[in-house]
Amino acid sequence: MRTLLLLPVLLLAGSALADESQVKLKEGPGKDLVQGSCVMCHSLDYIPMNSVFMDRKGWEASVAKMVKVMGAPIADEDVPKIVDYLAKHYGK
Amino acid sequence: MSSRREFLKTVAGGLAAAGGGVLVPRLAGAAGGGSVGPPNLPSGTLESSLLEALPGKRPLIKRTYRAPNYETPVDYFNQQFTPNDAFFVRYHLSNIPEVKAADWKLQVGGDAAQTPFELTLDELKKLEHVEIAALNQCSGNRRGLFDPHVPGVEWGYGAMGNARWKGARLKDVLARAGLKKEAVELALNGADSPVLDKTPDFVKSIPVWKGLDENTLLVWEMNGEPLPHWNGYPVRLIVPGWTGTYWTKHIVSIQALSQPFKGFWMNPAYRIPKGKFPLVDRFLSQETDVNTPITENVVNSLITNIKSGQKFALGRPVEVKGVAWDGGYGIRLVEVSTDGGRSWRDAELGKDYGRFSWRQWSYGFKPAKKGTYGVMAKATNRQGASQTFELILNPAGYHHNVVEKIDVHVA
Repeated sequence: MRTLLLLPVLLLAGSALADESQVKLKEGPGKDLVQGSCVMCHSLDYIPMNSVFMDRKGWEASVAKMVKVMGAPIADEDVPKIVDYLAKHYGK
Repeated sequence: MSSRREFLKTVAGGLAAAGGGVLVPRLAGAAGGGSVGPPNLPSGTLESSLLEALPGKRPLIKRTYRAPNYETPVDYFNQQFTPNDAFFVRYHLSNIPEVKAADWKLQVGGDAAQTPFELTLDELKKLEHVEIAALNQCSGNRRGLFDPHVPGVEWGYGAMGNARWKGARLKDVLARAGLKKEAVELALNGADSPVLDKTPDFVKSIPVWKGLDENTLLVWEMNGEPLPHWNGYPVRLIVPGWTGTYWTKHIVSIQALSQPFKGFWMNPAYRIPKGKFPLVDRFLSQETDVNTPITENVVNSLITNIKSGQKFALGRPVEVKGVAWDGGYGIRLVEVSTDGGRSWRDAELGKDYGRFSWRQWSYGFKPAKKGTYGVMAKATNRQGASQTFELILNPAGYHHNVVEKIDVHVA
């Protein structure tokens, strides 16, 4: 409920919680793009947590959900680069 | 990632040392294996999880930092009621305001309410108080055990807890709203919100009949204490028997609707295939030809006091303990096998805290020969529904209630 944000509230989890900065994604082309695209809304541990069991199609569907349903502001041309990185480093 | 495992052991050891008598969770789930869950969780889940404490909480198994998703180590389930500071934490969205009790207001309205109004906590507390012992379980508890794995928060066994919840009946609040006869659903919203405006806010709905159920409460107390922030302070809804997705935390709005609520978190999210699960409560206004919203918990049990690979001495008594629960009909029977499912004996049921609470059970036996014993538990509820031996596949990974086997060794 967004109207509540008008109240003087402390956003406990809106900013980075605890040690989420210790989540390190695997090195490789596309890593910075992935971090930059995902970390605005959620910690990066969602990526390793969902591995290793999705193939490229699975990661494609996940990224598409983030863009189409969750409204992630990711440019069309960046989508395949993100999927490439996830499929290569966190795909089966 | 053995170095990481070693690191985790070290961290946990440090916690144990620092705890000085405080209960520190055993490092493995009931099925044993890794320090942060059973070994059949996805490999990346095990590598990226660790024991960590949120403010006001004991170290829990961190699945994700933000949104915060932390599960309770199985050891805590040896207690009838799960301590508030060990109770699991589950959020979809990352903006979680700290709502002050004095500022809290519940907006009640909607097109199917004659008299919209706002309610303060003091006003809520003037209604009749009710306390119910009830299990709160995430729909996706044990999702990480799905084979094949499905995406989502990869929970082990600990996205659940049992507590005493105190509050007022939602129906007493709704009485003031003057529900119109065309009211079909109640839309529920909490104070948590998405980071981006475009992300669907986490709004759920329940059928009006469920909202009017005498067991559906707006609660401000959990196990005799105010709700922890991470479990919905200052007021949350509880819908005993139904999965946690409807137990809106930090609830601030209830809208009575004459039309089924349309929103991502009702459809396509939180759906199960129609006809696959033996459920009684149906959410008809939301059903489609192929699927239906998840409703009540399926019958299930958990062995809480032994783990895979544990060793026992020949001829010495062994007590197997655990809990069993269902969607609010009550547990009729828990059967235990110590020979991998060839033969079953009735466990002894513990005190009955009401049909929405989990039921403790225990089973004692004296191993008379050396070897491996496959210990299993299977619960049956008063509807006659039992746990399944084969996973009922569904794309979102809900309702995992497969009978599990823990191999222990007698020497």
